[in-house]
Amino acid sequence: MMMSKPGISGRRRFDPFLLLIFLLVLLLTLILARAVCTLPMGGEGLAGEVARFQQQSGVESPVTAVLLNFRGYDTLLEVMVLLLAVIGVWSLATASFVKNSFATSPVQISVVRLLAPLMCLVAAYLVRQGTHLAGGAFQGGAVLGAAGVLLLVTELPWLSVVPSLLLRIGLLLGPLCFLAVAILCMFSGRQLLQYPSGEAGWIVLLIESACAVSIGLTLASLFAGGRPGGDVSDD
Amino acid sequence: MMLEASSLIVCPVIVPLTAGLLCFLSRRTAFFASLSACLANLVGVCLLLGRSLSGPASYHVGGWQAPLGITLRIDGPSLLMLLMTAVTGLGITLYARGYFSFRIFFPKRIARHERQERFFWPLWMLLLAALNALFLSADIFNWYVTLEMVSVSAAALAALSGKPASQIAAFRYLLVSLLGSLSYLLGVVFVYKVHGVLDLNMLRACAGGGEGMHLALALMSVGLMLKTALFPMHFWLPPAHANALAPVSAILSGLVVKGSFYILFRLWFDVFPTCVSPAALNLVGILGAGAILWGSVQAIRQQRLKLLVAYSTVSQLGYLFIAFPLAYLQNDGLWSAVIFMALAHSCAKSAMFMASGTIFLHFGHDRINDLAGTRKCLPVTAFAYAIAGVNLMGLPPSGGFIAKWLLLSSSLASSRWWWGIVVMVGSLLSSVYVFRVVSRLFVVPEDLPVRQCLPRSPLLEWPALVLALIALLLGLVAPYPLAVLDAGRISLMLSGGGGP
Amino acid sequence: MTNLLYSLGGVLLFTMGFFALIACSHPLRKILAVNVMSTGVFLILVASAYRPESAGNIDPLPHAMVLTGIVVSVSVTALALVLACRVQETSNLAFLKQQRNGSEESGE
Repeated sequence: MMMSKPGISGRRRFDPFLLLIFLLVLLLTLILARAVCTLPMGGEGLAGEVARFQQQSGVESPVTAVLLNFRGYDTLLEVMVLLLAVIGVWSLATASFVKNSFATSPVQISVVRLLAPLMCLVAAYLVRQGTHLAGGAFQGGAVLGAAGVLLLVTELPWLSVVPSLLLRIGLLLGPLCFLAVAILCMFSGRQLLQYPSGEAGWIVLLIESACAVSIGLTLASLFAGGRPGGDVSDD
Repeated sequence: MMLEASSLIVCPVIVPLTAGLLCFLSRRTAFFASLSACLANLVGVCLLLGRSLSGPASYHVGGWQAPLGITLRIDGPSLLMLLMTAVTGLGITLYARGYFSFRIFFPKRIARHERQERFFWPLWMLLLAALNALFLSADIFNWYVTLEMVSVSAAALAALSGKPASQIAAFRYLLVSLLGSLSYLLGVVFVYKVHGVLDLNMLRACAGGGEGMHLALALMSVGLMLKTALFPMHFWLPPAHANALAPVSAILSGLVVKGSFYILFRLWFDVFPTCVSPAALNLVGILGAGAILWGSVQAIRQQRLKLLVAYSTVSQLGYLFIAFPLAYLQNDGLWSAVIFMALAHSCAKSAMFMASGTIFLHFGHDRINDLAGTRKCLPVTAFAYAIAGVNLMGLPPSGGFIAKWLLLSSSLASSRWWWGIVVMVGSLLSSVYVFRVVSRLFVVPEDLPVRQCLPRSPLLEWPALVLALIALLLGLVAPYPLAVLDAGRISLMLSGGGGP
Repeated sequence: MTNLLYSLGGVLLFTMGFFALIACSHPLRKILAVNVMSTGVFLILVASAYRPESAGNIDPLPHAMVLTGIVVSVSVTALALVLACRVQETSNLAFLKQQRNGSEESGE
């Protein structure tokens, strides 16, 4: 960052190429802005449809209903994108858990002791709340992930202590659970991801809880920036 | 416990997905899980093929009907793309097994090779699942999710080799495909804003919509063209494809670029045919022509084998686009030539990258000038390369020939001879770059230094040859895939033609 | 009216990000630029959730789409950041040289 700064400011004096791009981007902005202003808002979207089938979806929050029931297939694939990011990051680098040269301050330790359980609790609450209000697996998972990151930055080396297999199982918990539910739904003559009528509520909650754990772990692993040392020997 | 027969349609998504998760969980069973997933995928697609000849079929995921839920749909084009993915994917899986065993067998840098194998299988299986999901989907937002899945796994695969060059290329690749996806997503947002639905069938029904739809289609198309590496936007492709591991290059060049192309094809010919103007078609055709010429010329100039093959991908993708203006104005379904071309190119290009990878493994380099007499060490591989080359040149029995013949005859029939000239010049140029390599592979000079031949591994050589032969024989069985395409034609609104 | 304001803001973010993606050569800036672009798209998407025809109803579908998009963008950003770090580590010298020369290789 610091290295390249003088180079950039040196080049910034006048660059006809850059000016041309700027003008083109300006043109694009105008076209898009005009389109946004004049676009006809056709129809009412799918709000009515969602409201109509809300009862059957098993949850009261429309967004959760769309995410995990009506368009659950999208979410299934999206959970896979998160997993893919972890696999990609693990394939690229080993996480370097720097040992702190000086002792972690007692204040930091006690704050973490206080906050981490609280954050887990909040995450669980958010997942539970997702069935009828705003909230859900991703919000809960994000809070869980933040707890993991908090532990990481206070140099508590939890991610490197956990055995690699256990960590992988944790990462796969959500995707596997989701996929298993999707496949099990296909037996007994239903479609993929078609929950048995009347039982959608707890199934959605089950998927959300499993996914929240996995998403939290995923975000923390992404923050760690690489695979744990025991996974594959480094080259 | 009973499965509904229509559930077969999700098999190409579910099976590789499960295999990918298992590969990540346990390293020992990775290859066997992948192999059985590929076999099951192939069997599933063949069963679908048998069932779908009667007409297109659709499947409502979660049991929710079209405006609310996501629909999967299968018809001629999607079926052929699935078949292409299944066949090529099986070949690549076998080849990758041979490739990694070969590299791990030699104890140099064994840790790096083990790491590559460890992560290759889950990434590859998830990529396969994503591609199949893309070909099956009939929902523009679901396409976005599958596109992102494809680009994340493809970028991770491209960076797998660990060399600085490949990582720089993969980084650029990731950014470019991200830009493409974002542009596509913005288009989707506009479409949803105007029509309020995401399902393709419903969108086709409410086509039109004026200027906003033109802009939306333009945004989506530019994003997808960027991901498909159409001519001026191809800059990221050669380094990313040439610096990756050989099986990864085969995946990227053979399959991944076809994914975004398929969406583009669907949007232009199937969903929004009324929004497409002749000027846009001609522009795409001109860009395609530029790709053919520029890619070929660059391929001829390359000194490294894998870069040559990568540039030839740029040039071959041009043929897919040059067919756009021709196909649109014709009623006789020239668009089947486009799909046919993609099919043949996928098999041939994978075979070519596999052969190049084998040559690289054996010689430790891929400088074209030093490849003389490869035939002596690797006869099967040299043969595979030559046959794949025949397909790229478009010589008679090959699938490439049929596709180019269709293009040529329709360009002459509609008195748009200039497209035909470009096709012919492109074929000539491609024969130059193919022969440039093949002559070195096959001619064994008198004073060839005695080169130590490494032990040959059948898994490294035969998948390439079989894929190349499939591409070659595709021309002989051409009526069959064309019939499959016809079966799916009911759902394609091409009878009108002519544009707005 | 507020709806329109958000949409225009989204357009502005999108194009600003796009410009930065082309003009800046540092990998980190490029990643940030893409993030700004995706934020712009999400803003437009969220703004389109307001449907005046449907009697005060807010369409939940764009919300779900934005949530999906955010998750996707988080994962891609993480991957891109780690990739950029690896590039810097493994090829620091070569990469910097390439940057300074401003050759077309480092263009995008």
